[in-house]
Order: sequence, then structure tokens, then C-alpha cells
Amino acid sequence: MSKRNISVAMLAVSLFLVAAGCKKKAPPPPPPPPPKPEVKEVPPPPKAPGISFSAEPSAIERGQSATLRWEVSDATDISVAPGVGSVAARGSRQVYPTDTTTYTLTAKGPGGTTSRSASVRVTVPPPPPPPPPPPKRSLSEVLASEVQDAFFDYDKSDIREDARATLSRNSDAIKRILQEFTGAVVVIEGHCDERGSAEYNLGLGDRRATAARDFLVQMGVSADRLSTKSWGKERPQCTESNEDCWQRNRRVHFVAQ
Amino acid sequence: MKRKSTLMCLCVLAGLLLAAQQSDVIIKITKGERAVIALPDLRGAGEAQRFMDAFNQTLWNDIESSGLFKMAPKSLYPLEVPQRPEDFRAPLAAPPARKGQPPPSPRRLGPWLTDWSGPPVNAGYLALGYAADQAGQFVLRGWLFNVGQQDLTNAQVFGKIYLGSLDQEGARKTAHEFAADILAQFGGASLAGTKIYFVTERTGRGIKEIWAMDHDGSNQRPVTSYKSVCTTPAVSPDGATVAFTSYVGGNPAILLHSTETGRRLRFYGPVSSMVATPDFTPDGQKILFSFTINDWPQIAISNVDGSDLRRISYVRTIEVEPKVNPKTGAQIAFVSGRGGPQQIYRMNLDGTDVRLLTSGEGQASNPAWHPDGQHIAFAWTKGYAPGNFNIFVMDVATRSYVQLTHGAGRNENPSWAPDGRHLVFSSNRSGGPQIWTMLADGTQLHQLTTQGRNTMPVWSK
Repeated sequence: MSKRNISVAMLAVSLFLVAAGCKKKAPPPPPPPPPKPEVKEVPPPPKAPGISFSAEPSAIERGQSATLRWEVSDATDISVAPGVGSVAARGSRQVYPTDTTTYTLTAKGPGGTTSRSASVRVTVPPPPPPPPPPPKRSLSEVLASEVQDAFFDYDKSDIREDARATLSRNSDAIKRILQEFTGAVVVIEGHCDERGSAEYNLGLGDRRATAARDFLVQMGVSADRLSTKSWGKERPQCTESNEDCWQRNRRVHFVAQ
Repeated sequence: MKRKSTLMCLCVLAGLLLAAQQSDVIIKITKGERAVIALPDLRGAGEAQRFMDAFNQTLWNDIESSGLFKMAPKSLYPLEVPQRPEDFRAPLAAPPARKGQPPPSPRRLGPWLTDWSGPPVNAGYLALGYAADQAGQFVLRGWLFNVGQQDLTNAQVFGKIYLGSLDQEGARKTAHEFAADILAQFGGASLAGTKIYFVTERTGRGIKEIWAMDHDGSNQRPVTSYKSVCTTPAVSPDGATVAFTSYVGGNPAILLHSTETGRRLRFYGPVSSMVATPDFTPDGQKILFSFTINDWPQIAISNVDGSDLRRISYVRTIEVEPKVNPKTGAQIAFVSGRGGPQQIYRMNLDGTDVRLLTSGEGQASNPAWHPDGQHIAFAWTKGYAPGNFNIFVMDVATRSYVQLTHGAGRNENPSWAPDGRHLVFSSNRSGGPQIWTMLADGTQLHQLTTQGRNTMPVWSK
């Protein structure tokens, strides 16, 4: 009950206040009119410099060039930055930016200073691929360059003194090569000169290959990585009938299987 | 001076006689004296004439190289050559002789037997005939006359008609057949129809293929085309299979091919670092060869399909070229290094009773049994530098031998013709190695090949 009484009182107070605010005031006097402007001849203000500035093309690859062109009016002092410097009012310049560059032409003139920008976007070409790795030599090539033929006396398959030296060197090379070429097998071919019968020479070539294999195995080459084959006199290196050629054909030769 | 030259003549004559005697000891070429035969060029009617050069050359070659005849030289033949029996004209009998005057000679009416039996031809036999093209065929009529006879009926040995295709091949075929019939009258087997297999390098450098040709070198044709090394061929006794070593699979292996179809036959032989020199037993059921067993090239035997492989020799040396005696099938001649340089030995098929056949001098190789099973031909450097082989023939029982070639280059791989009187071999006497034939006395040399290098001939029936 008492709450309603308070609200009614508040409403009454606010109504009174509003009624008091709405009371009319007296209007102010009008301001004096503005003074008449004084007419005077004044020169027109100097024009600001006019600029056209472009870069063609706007995108290049690193190493290529772009051409900046400009035409400037109403300017006394023109410069292009970066890297170009003062220039004439009209001209062009080739530039070789290494990175994306925004060139700014600044023209100062009586009318002020104006500047324009033109960008040359520099794309970096993909780096060249690394040079191909040195080609891996085939087993045949390695054998041809690192393993030497060993030579024999006429109608003999004994390992001569010089053949011992050759085969010792060969054993080191073959061990190294067989480590590089896992699973490879080296074939020892036995060859003969032309003098014995072709049939007997097939046997003699076989003996030479076997003798060389036995020597290499003694030197520590794994026997199961070696194989033998007789060519007799079927595959001569040379065909002349003299001791020089005969000796060249009395040999063991090493090839890939 | 005169005495010296006479002496020299005598020496040469003695040498020749000795050589002839030696040859006779080894292989009998003829029974008794050789007959003299006149072989005038036959002519052809119509189209047939185009092939008469090939015909006459083939006929002459077959008859001459048989070694059964002495050839009466053509330059001595009479001008009038009969072409058929009807061309003969018996001379008129001479009138009885008058007293005190030489007997008159019979009156000649035309070609007669005495034109050939008398001087200068002095022939015992005359082959005559002619060819014609008839119904698109090469038709040969051929006769053989014994010109020592008095009348035609007795003189004619035989007369036959032979047919062939109307080309060089047909002409050669009828010539071979006519020659075979002539040779048959004298107990000589014709070589017509026999074949010679050999190794040729004519198809490419470093490539060896097996080829075949007729006995006179004609019709040379490939048996293999592996574009690899094929070598040491052998032919089965029935002529149906050729065996050889081939490197086509990388490592050497024995391959067998049918000579008729050219197809490869099944043979599961060993693959080794060395497999070579196959040969067939006379029954054609087994094959011998050399291959590396336990590091040594040794002799082994297996069935013709490769099964039942057994080792025959057990010597730590090189043993190759096992060749089975074609008569007995129980012995082999082979080449071994067991005594030093390569020599020829014999042993039984089970490896027992090994004996050295050659003397140990030089190098000996390529034993080839004569069909009689008693002689071998082989190559030997005895008396020459290493590699300079000559052909020899040896009586295996007595070890006596005769040398057939004498230092004319390198002569190897002799092989007997089925007639047992001819040999084929390779020789580089004309430059590169080529295939040659000769009589078993070293005469009648004929070069059969010219293209590329040709070696290792094998004469097959």
C-alpha cells in the first residue's frame, strides 16, 4: 500500500519538473552581417608536378631486366630510387633488380613534391637440379679396368711367376669388387693359342681357368663367388701366327657372369 | 751331270713307289689295276643343253674322285663321239690277205669301239649318252661300254634312263646317279646322297654354326643358327642326329639336333666349365663326350637323352675326343695329355687296357675310325712345328702308319666317307681353313668350301 503512494508522489514531482522546463525564453538579437570581401588580384598557386611512371614488365625472373618509363611535368628535381638517382623529366631505364623492388619516382617542383611508385616483382627461378651423381660402373667395367689377364706358357696351366704377381693383385681387387657388388660372381675364362687342336685346347683352357681359380681361393677370394669357363681357342684376342700373339692368347680373363 | 739326274729320277721313282706301297698297306683303294675310262662331254637337246656344264662337271668329278679309274684325257678323244649305241658302225670285215702283202685293214664306216680302245685313247671303258628336255623334265639316257669287246652286244655294260628336274639341281642329280651306276660295276660305293657336316664362321665374326653340304660341296646349308659358338660336331650312325658343343646358354653344353627337321632334341647333359667332343656308339643308343669333373676334363658316357651319366677315365689330366670303334663298339680312341703333350690312346669302353697309339712325338689329335674298325685317320705334328698338323692313317693293331698330307699348311679333323676310301678334312693350304676331300692315298684333292672359315668336317651317310 505505501509503495503505491511513493510512486504517485514521484510521478507528481516529475510532472512538475517537466512543466517548469517547458517555460518559454526571450529570443537573442540577430548577429551583424559579415563584412564585404576585399577584391584583390592574386597569382594562381603553382601546380603540383604531374607524373606518369611505370615498370614493364611488372614481373620478371631474377636475372632478367625490366624497363622503367616516366614522364614528369612541372618538376625541377626528379629522382628515382632505389639505385637510379636523378633523371631527366622524360626517359626510361633498364633495371636488373635481384629481388622484388618498388621503385619510387620523386618529383620536386614549385608546386610541391609528388611521388609515384612502380613495382617489379622478381620471381626466383627454381634452383638447377644437382649434377647427376657419377654413374655407378657396371661389374664388367670394373673388372675390365681393375682386374688383369694372367698369362701362361705353351701347353701349360701352371701359374707362372708373373702370373702369381698378377693374380695376387687381382685377388685384392676382386675381393674389393665382390664387396661392392654383393651377390655377383666373377667368371674366369681360360683361353689358348691356336697351335694345339681345338678339342684339346678346350680342355687346356679349362685347366688354366681352374688353376687361376685355385690360386685366387688360396688368396682368400670366396670360392662360391668364382666360376670357370673354357673357351679353348674359340675366342682369340688376335689371330696372327707369331709368339707375341700366341702369348696374348694364352691367358685367363675375368668377366662378369 | 746326266748320271746325277738319272740318279735323282731313280730316287724320286723309288720314293713314289714306296709311298704307293705304304698306302696300299694301309687302305686298299682299288682291287688290282685301275681301269681307264673315257668320259666325253654329253650334250643336251633343247632346254637341257643349258644344264650340261653342271652335268658333265659332276659326272667327271664323281668318277675321277672315286679313285677307281684312270681318266683318259679328253684331248685325245676322237672327233666323232657316239651319243647312243645306234651311232656305232661296225667296220666291214677286211678281204682275205693276198700272198706277199700285209693284211688289209677293215674298212671304217663310222664310230666304233676301237676308236676308244686303241691308241691314243687306250680306254677300257666309255660312258656315253645324251640329255633332253621332255615333258618339263631333264631326261638322261646313259650307257657304259666295255670298248675292249668285239661286238656291241657284249660291249654294252648297261644302259639306263635317268630323270631329274629341268634345272642344275636335276642335272647334277642324274649325273650322281649315272656315276653311281658306273661305280657300282667296279665295286665302288657311290658317295651321292652322303652329307658332310662342318663348322662355319661365314655368318658373322666370332660366330660358329653347324652347316651341312652334299659330298661334293654342293647345297651348303645351315643346320644351326644360334649366333653363338657351336663346335666339335658328331653325327649319329644312322645320320639322323647331329651332336655338338654350344655356348648358346653361356656355359658350354652338348646339344642334339635332328638332321631332318633341324629341331633340337632332348638331351639333359651336364653343364660345366668345359663340355665338348661328343660321339655316338654304333648302336646310336649312347653318347660319349669329355667334360670337366672334379676340375679335370674327363671322358664320360650317357644315354642319348643324357640319363645314366658315367665317368670312364680317372686320370688327373686333359682327356678329350672319345671316338668309339664303329665295328665293335667296345673300344675308344681318345686324346690325352697323360704322358705330356697331347697324344692318341686307345682303351676299352670301361676304361681298362689303355695303350698309347702314337709315338709320343709332337702333338696328335682328331682320331677318326675307318668303317672297318681297324684303322684310324688322325692329325699329327710329328716332324713339323707345333700346330702344323698333317693327316695320317694308322693300322691300330700294328701301329704302322702312313702320312697322307705333307706340310701343306695345317691339316686337321679327318673323317672317313661311308665308302671307306675317301677322307674329308680341313686345311688352310689355300689361305684360311677350308674343307677338302681326298682319296685315302692322299690323291684326288678337292676343295669343297670357299666362303668364310670352315673346319671340323664330319662325313655322314
